[in-house]
Amino acid sequence: MSALKPLSRRPAWLGFVLIGIALAIAPFVVQAGLGIYWVRILDLALLYMMLALGLNIVVGYAGLLDLGYIAFYAVGAYVYALLASPQFGLHLPFWITLPLGALVAALFGVLLGAPTLRLRGDYLAIVTLGFGEIIRIFLNNLDRPINVTNGPQGINLIDPISIGGLSLARPQDIFPGMSSAHAYYYVFLAATLLVIFICMRLQDSRIGRAWAAIREDETAAEAMGINTRNLKLLAFAMGATFGGLSGGLFASFQGFVSPESFNLMESIMILCMIVLGGMGNIPGVILGALLLTILPEALRYIGDFQRAVFDRIIVDPADLRMLLFGLALVLMMLFRPAGLWPSSQRQRELLKSDEPAPPGLYDEQR
Amino acid sequence: MASLLEVHDLSVAYGGVKAVTGASFYVAAGELVCLIGANGAGKSSLLKALTGMVHVSHGTTKFQGKAITHLASHDIVARGIALVPEGRGVFSRMTVEENLAMGAYTRQDQAEIAADLAQIFELFPRLFERRRQAAGTLSGGEQQMLAIGRALMSRPKLLLLDEPSMGLAPLMVQKIFETLRAVSKKGVTIFLVEQNAKLALEISHRGYVMESGKIILTDTSAALAINPEVRRAYLGE
Repeated sequence: MSALKPLSRRPAWLGFVLIGIALAIAPFVVQAGLGIYWVRILDLALLYMMLALGLNIVVGYAGLLDLGYIAFYAVGAYVYALLASPQFGLHLPFWITLPLGALVAALFGVLLGAPTLRLRGDYLAIVTLGFGEIIRIFLNNLDRPINVTNGPQGINLIDPISIGGLSLARPQDIFPGMSSAHAYYYVFLAATLLVIFICMRLQDSRIGRAWAAIREDETAAEAMGINTRNLKLLAFAMGATFGGLSGGLFASFQGFVSPESFNLMESIMILCMIVLGGMGNIPGVILGALLLTILPEALRYIGDFQRAVFDRIIVDPADLRMLLFGLALVLMMLFRPAGLWPSSQRQRELLKSDEPAPPGLYDEQR
Repeated sequence: MASLLEVHDLSVAYGGVKAVTGASFYVAAGELVCLIGANGAGKSSLLKALTGMVHVSHGTTKFQGKAITHLASHDIVARGIALVPEGRGVFSRMTVEENLAMGAYTRQDQAEIAADLAQIFELFPRLFERRRQAAGTLSGGEQQMLAIGRALMSRPKLLLLDEPSMGLAPLMVQKIFETLRAVSKKGVTIFLVEQNAKLALEISHRGYVMESGKIILTDTSAALAINPEVRRAYLGE
């Protein structure tokens, strides 16, 4: 199908070069304007983008509502943490721990997927929600009888990623003026671009079309000759892989993981990113992840603002943040129900029948 | 004529409730065979059993002489059986042509798929007009045409239809059935499950009558149409 898509007439490379330059200098611009703290926020935004893109495969492409997605992030993070920290005295390099974390997460994805194959809609959501909690509670309690995860204290002193002797925690040894947040930015950016690339290829592939069919009508998809069982498992596994990958990156970036970081609220937040941005649409999901990472941080300034104006804090910024969040989501549902940047397929749903639609498959073939 | 589909003593049960009990029938290549019966007679369960969507508790299904009784749906489709599901089941957010392309999911031959697409559009000019429209915005009749067209895109040896007349205006039903007759004339074998006994018997060669999960009667459609029992129970006399 991809071969039938119209090619853009504009010089595509120009756009890519401009985007590339913008992405390359972004952390330095952000640091100059807002300080190093915001470079870290940018790093987190990239992690959330990977998570949102991963969940988007499950929810946006295959239409399987997964409320326990953060569990895969936790699995990836703990695999990295256990294999590269003083916990077991293991210090494996990142090129083993990261792929292994992604792989183990994929395995957990299949483990979750297999018993839920027959479930649809609400029932699936409840089971996945339970799965997310089970993983978190396990991590919380696996300090006895044998101490594996160190329980609620979490695992500390996790090795940073180091590439060819250069530790990302201390890039200034080689590049003066560069901090750890900058170094991680580029690693995360590379990983995010890889995830975006894979998602784009998946979307236009036979697999992507099969997922879309399953999302629309599972029975009909089955009648088309689609192996719904395998494709649903594949969606869970692919989504979990990206979750595991970003989990590993998160562990190395923070140097510390604890079960607390992987609670239900995080799963819901990632789902919100997708819904807000535009389910099933890669640019929309990226936008959603960026907005929902930056907004809560930006809203922290409300506290400073209150202190400056009233000399004290009247409404706790944390509460206000949740309130504004809820408001934003309600407004979204009212005015842009398909998301800020919806996919053409979701837009089409709202298209009136007499409106001209974009040229399609058949015309390309003529 | 060689039997394309042979069903022997087929039973389907949901838990303890038997939906189909010991159904035996066959469809020969090139035939248009209908299965009529009232609501809840077990017609849809029978179709679902044929396509591997529900578990067959007893009996065998053979397609082209090979057992397909316990195959998964996608394997059955790959062998050349296409189902037009009850309630049409079009992919409402995809365009008409994307729906049709999905029908050819099991096929790889791009050139022939394109040729078949052109044929479908010839058969249903209405679909050609609306090819870039989301399937969900089509009328019920158009969606039914799309569902049939989509099933034909897999180049089935056997086309199964589950209640194509459901929820459609009489004029549209007439049109759909005329199309089915045309499809059948092109050489596609059809097994039609239908509540509208009059129309189904009009276009089909042979018919089976189902009641409470059992096939109680079979004959040529012409004979069934004048059978007093059938006339009383299904043709409103």
